[in-house]
Amino acid sequence: MAKPTTDKKTDKSKNAVSVRGPEYPLTTMAVVAPIVGWLIPGGGHILLKRYVRGVLLLVSVVAMFLIGLGMQGRIYKPNGGDILDILGFVGDVGSGALYFLARIMDWGNVMAANAAADYGKTFLIVAGLLNFLAVADAHHIALGKKP
Amino acid sequence: MNINLSHFSAAVVFALFASVVFGITLRSSTKEQVRYGLYCFAMFVGGVFLAGWVMALIRR
Repeated sequence: MAKPTTDKKTDKSKNAVSVRGPEYPLTTMAVVAPIVGWLIPGGGHILLKRYVRGVLLLVSVVAMFLIGLGMQGRIYKPNGGDILDILGFVGDVGSGALYFLARIMDWGNVMAANAAADYGKTFLIVAGLLNFLAVADAHHIALGKKP
Repeated sequence: MNINLSHFSAAVVFALFASVVFGITLRSSTKEQVRYGLYCFAMFVGGVFLAGWVMALIRR
């Protein structure tokens, strides 16, 4: 007759697995760092003491945004109406505080129809999208998924 | 402020900043980040030259 001890052990190990928490628990910093990183490009990394990475991200995103504005790029508004305008807004708003500053100061409110302005618009959108990558990276660092 | 960049210089500036962000965000160790950033930059600029030659050949 088989002993019931084996089954008990199996049950214990099953319970142990179900009780164990997530591999990367959500901490306060894992929420705060991405928000700071969105508002201030590279800010999330600086908050997490990754100073060199943070400064490089700050310089890259801010430089792309300012070059985009300098090339007479257009800043998209949330109520563009057209689906492509909405996508442009999503890209632009990724720059966080830079986007809101540009809207407050009425920068990028131009309708220039030349190649440079088209490149400028692309620079502005890509600056925001790159900042989204930086935000996700800050979240992963805060979770402990990345050193 | 008005910045006038040629098509090529705009593409190189774009490649530089995008490569820095790609390197930092998509790799873990410092060495890997530098290598991936340089790889991305080379691919961006190489792509510009390749596209330029393709357009030049089409134009002939």
